[in-house]
Amino acid sequence: MDRMPGWADAILVPLISLLLAAFLSALVIIGIGESPVAAFKLMVDGALMRSAGWGYTLYYATNFIFTGLAVAVAFHARMFNIGGEGQAMIGGLGVALVCLYIPWPHWSLALLGSAVGASLFGAAWALIPAYLQAKRGSHIVITTIMFNFIAAALLNYVLVNVLRPVGAMDPATAKFPDATHLPTFQDMFSTAADPMFRGAPANVTFFLAVIACVLVWLLIWRTRLGYEIRALGHSEPAARYAGISPVRTVVIAMLISGGLAGLMSVNTTQGEAERLILNSIEGAGFIGIAVALMGRNHPLGVFLAAILFGFLYQGGAELALWTTIPRELIVVIQALVILFTGALDNMVRMPLERIFLSFRRRKS
Amino acid sequence: MDLMTVLQVLDSTVRLATPLLLACLAGLFSERAGIFDIGLEGKMLAAAFFSAAVASLTGSVWLGLSAGIGASLVLSGIHGLASITFRGNQLISGVAINFLAAGMTVLIAEDWFSQGGRTPSLFGGGRFEGITLPFAEALRGVPVIGPIYYELISGHSILVYVGFLTVPLTWWILFRTRFGLRLRAVGENPAAVDTAGVSVVGLRFAAVAICGVLCGIAGAYLATGLQAGFVKDMTAGRGFIALAALIFAKWRPWYALYSCLLFGLLQAVALRYQSIEVGGLVIPVQFMDALPYILTVVILAGFVGKAIPPRAGGEPYVKER
Repeated sequence: MDRMPGWADAILVPLISLLLAAFLSALVIIGIGESPVAAFKLMVDGALMRSAGWGYTLYYATNFIFTGLAVAVAFHARMFNIGGEGQAMIGGLGVALVCLYIPWPHWSLALLGSAVGASLFGAAWALIPAYLQAKRGSHIVITTIMFNFIAAALLNYVLVNVLRPVGAMDPATAKFPDATHLPTFQDMFSTAADPMFRGAPANVTFFLAVIACVLVWLLIWRTRLGYEIRALGHSEPAARYAGISPVRTVVIAMLISGGLAGLMSVNTTQGEAERLILNSIEGAGFIGIAVALMGRNHPLGVFLAAILFGFLYQGGAELALWTTIPRELIVVIQALVILFTGALDNMVRMPLERIFLSFRRRKS
Repeated sequence: MDLMTVLQVLDSTVRLATPLLLACLAGLFSERAGIFDIGLEGKMLAAAFFSAAVASLTGSVWLGLSAGIGASLVLSGIHGLASITFRGNQLISGVAINFLAAGMTVLIAEDWFSQGGRTPSLFGGGRFEGITLPFAEALRGVPVIGPIYYELISGHSILVYVGFLTVPLTWWILFRTRFGLRLRAVGENPAAVDTAGVSVVGLRFAAVAICGVLCGIAGAYLATGLQAGFVKDMTAGRGFIALAALIFAKWRPWYALYSCLLFGLLQAVALRYQSIEVGGLVIPVQFMDALPYILTVVILAGFVGKAIPPRAGGEPYVKER
């Protein structure tokens, strides 16, 4: 059967899904008695029209790039890593340990150290589900869901009983030392005459995320390992016949995925809170699913989708501040995006394929 | 620990196990028919909200229950549409449903009641009150049996008894009726069912609908029986514990009862004691919270009695290529 051209698959299908999600979200906004046009304008104003708004948008986008890449890498091996949330939580633990117990002379070294710590801890949290999937056939979706809850309990225990400073009430670590504080966009781009990104949490980790996008692109499409991951994702028997070890490839792909999810904690923990708190992830691990689906598992797509979700997040905060629309509207939009780009993909794709097919027939 | 304390813990075990049990049996129907459902959580949450909201608006808990079941059925319909009709990824659809419920419940609660994502507290006819079974008062004085009957067995709301009766009913439907045989077959080998001239799509939609009804009852019990009203994210992972219990039970109804009682007991103990000391070793409450998930991973790993899911689970059925 003939399919549609590549550009339609890569751009048209996600775009139509996005429009459907936007249309339904607009209906929801009308349903609660607000104007969707005014709401959209407010979101754009708050998230994109001022440099501080961009500072928040890019801060959120940094989280979503990491978790989106994490889901995307796993998807290439046909693994659905739903455990980004837990891997990021444990990654945060890695960041906290590195920042608290190693005396760093400069933030740049601390950033490297915490990135290593975050990715190692995140990868370690993905190791057991990966091994169980590869060796024992335990369904990775279920095990990673379970590991999200186990991670939450573990982090709760560690913060309450081990890392909480004496006398402190809230479950959080002590403040990280000054030398580990990362420069924010305000520090980097502001001049005395022209203050930029005032008070926004976007920081140098954003560039780490951009580098991660490039590296993932190189990995997936320009290395032998990436080829093996993709081959396994397309057809396990064929990959096996070609001498690719499924166990090894699944475990490595999941370790990379967990490491990427863990890296997002550098942004929230070291970059923003400057200490490890209980709910620093705030669902970003799950948004990674929406981002990867929307970005068609391509790093460039993930990058753009992450910016879009960063905009939605910051815009949603503005809406909650100025209107009666609660922040949960973003959760609804996220659900609709996942539904249309992920689960109801065929609903959009089948009619489109038919249209393209009829065009082609007419030409010939 | 005296008998009274034990009975109180067991009593709260029964209460806490009921929503798990209903959701677990809901998942059982769906997954036995080959439709993975990680959206149990979302369906329960939607049902919890709509049952509490309608019960508080109308003052009738029965209308609330039907609204809850209705809301859950709508989400089931979306799941069926995505995973049966359009042959999409069932897991992704479940994730979407969970978020849809988490967002929409707060959004609508805020719009209708403006109380920070909750419904007003329910009272009187807006709640499922406990039922005193016959002779409970009279037998109360009898040693041992009296307190057990009065404290543990009597005094729950009707939905608790419905939940426990659903276990034998599920067993009977699945293993003693033609519909049940076909339902299990469609989860193992849909092509064979199709060859026999039975509609795979129809059977799977029926299973998903039953799943919706049971999740609806589970959610309604949470908001109108266990607690008096809806609060944001009140399911608190119960849908996933139910999923864990389903795997723990290896997709069998009676074992589902035992695993839900076990996980209910863990919740009841964690609720009552902050930490437990066993021979000088302190078990933190967080470990109790994580235990259902840890046990499930162990069972899934197959080191202790391997759990094998229905063979066609998660695979959309394509009639012809």
